[in-house]
Amino acid sequence: MSGRRLLPQILTYLAVLVLVVVTLAPLVWLFIMSISSTKDLTTLPLPWLPSHEDFSRYARLLTLAAHSTGEEFIYALRNSLTASLSATAIALVVGIPAAYSFSRFPGRIGLLYAVLATYMMPPVALILPLYLVFSALHLLNSVGALTIVYCTILLPFVTWLLKANFDAVPVEIEQAARIDGAGLFGVIRHVTLPVAKAGLGTAALFAVLLAWDEFFYALLYTNDIRAKTLPVAIADFAAGRATDYALISAAGILTALPPVLIAFFLQKSLIAGLAAGGVKG
Amino acid sequence: MEWAGQKRTAWGLLLPLLLVIAVVTGYPLVNTVRLSFTDTALTGQNVQANWVGLDNFAYVFTDPDFGDAFWRTLYFTGVSVGAEILLGVLVALLLNRDFIGRSLVRAVLVLPWALPTIVNAMMWRLIYNPDYGALNALLSQLGLIDSYRSWLGEPGTTMNMVILADVWKNYPLVALIVLAALQNIPAELYQAAAIDGAGPWTKFWKITFPEIFGPLTVALILRLIEAFKVFDIIYVMTRGGPADETKTVSFFVYEESFAYLRAGSGAAYALTVAATSGVMIAMYIFLLRRQEAQA
Repeated sequence: MSGRRLLPQILTYLAVLVLVVVTLAPLVWLFIMSISSTKDLTTLPLPWLPSHEDFSRYARLLTLAAHSTGEEFIYALRNSLTASLSATAIALVVGIPAAYSFSRFPGRIGLLYAVLATYMMPPVALILPLYLVFSALHLLNSVGALTIVYCTILLPFVTWLLKANFDAVPVEIEQAARIDGAGLFGVIRHVTLPVAKAGLGTAALFAVLLAWDEFFYALLYTNDIRAKTLPVAIADFAAGRATDYALISAAGILTALPPVLIAFFLQKSLIAGLAAGGVKG
Repeated sequence: MEWAGQKRTAWGLLLPLLLVIAVVTGYPLVNTVRLSFTDTALTGQNVQANWVGLDNFAYVFTDPDFGDAFWRTLYFTGVSVGAEILLGVLVALLLNRDFIGRSLVRAVLVLPWALPTIVNAMMWRLIYNPDYGALNALLSQLGLIDSYRSWLGEPGTTMNMVILADVWKNYPLVALIVLAALQNIPAELYQAAAIDGAGPWTKFWKITFPEIFGPLTVALILRLIEAFKVFDIIYVMTRGGPADETKTVSFFVYEESFAYLRAGSGAAYALTVAATSGVMIAMYIFLLRRQEAQA
């Protein structure tokens, strides 16, 4: 390799190194904090590495005992899972026929954009009436109410993403199934969905990630362990007076683990989904 | 493909979606408008609310605190999205080069984007901690600062520190969108330009930039819409402080409605925020439609 090309090579690797360090350092530090003792974290000057690894915070968070941090965390985990998965299921059941309609029966494109606009609208525009309705129906502080509210976010998003995926399914193979006597729902179930399987999976994953990340509605509409989700529990831990930095960090690591693993291993299909849908802030 | 009763089928398939949206989005939105013309309070039951016409809006537009919050939100939005676009393009160009371990680095870049917003906010709050934070430790051990600083407590620095935390999490999305666009550019374009004697600068502005312009504007407006709504990171990192310095419009509406329990004026503030977002959303949809028409 000539010297003229060596320099850009070195600079590229240097820049990549900086990029990787800047990206990973905060995350690695979050993990180190989670396995450090309070003494290690409050020693000045900061020793960076703990004198010994202490995984007790993880044990505390994952142990169910009455009125403990573990109880708070495990209930929040359950609430987050329930709300994310049920809202995603509703969004798919309602979104699939709608996306199919937008894809195969053109002429309502304006309506599709209106649906997309509702996804992007700031939640502050909806919080007060929803609060009053849930309050009147005694639905405040319930996972059910959160599931309903999450549909305002997931449903438009899923519909938009699936429409783009259905567009890519060739109409000809559907026609072949039609000639064989399949009805509309038969065609969707046995032809369109299997072909668009990858897109369907991506849409479902995005929907779960969106709901998992949601904080604003959960903060406003929940107030104890019966319905608080993980983000709200973490905000509570972080705001606590007696702050155990390691405990907060461990809760953060556990909450981040599912989406981070999904994104790390499935990044190819997630990015492809992004390119197809063009959405997700 | 021809189905019997095309139009009826099309609407039939849309019906569940339209019903759900009407109930969970349409009804609340209409009611926010109605609330904004009343003096409804969020306290107690059966409190008679009065029709106050445009009073709430008159109040909103003359409230200097809301004006401040509005400009603050625009500052947050402009600076964070500006930095995200710039960094996103630079990092995408870097990742588009040939080097060993490229796909691994790309996977690493996905991590901040996948990190839940609240976890990101909490993580940076700990890093910025005035007494034991890693930023203070790092800078003082490197000899860059003499004494520990209160990054989220000093006037003048807090908003920028919040922006830094937000940019770290959100620029990877821009980078990944731009990278996908870069990888679609045919290599022949660059080869032809090289034969014509074009330098790297000319190549970027004549070939690369026009090719990534479309996806980049989409990413830009998406990020603007999201950043303008900012709430989560503010709530966890600063609660709007110090001295309201990071109080953005979403936080303002939250306080007016759920801390001061004034639903009427809260709704009027909320609609003002939503209208501003609406302008950006309209721009986004206009761009999408134009791209669709070109495709």
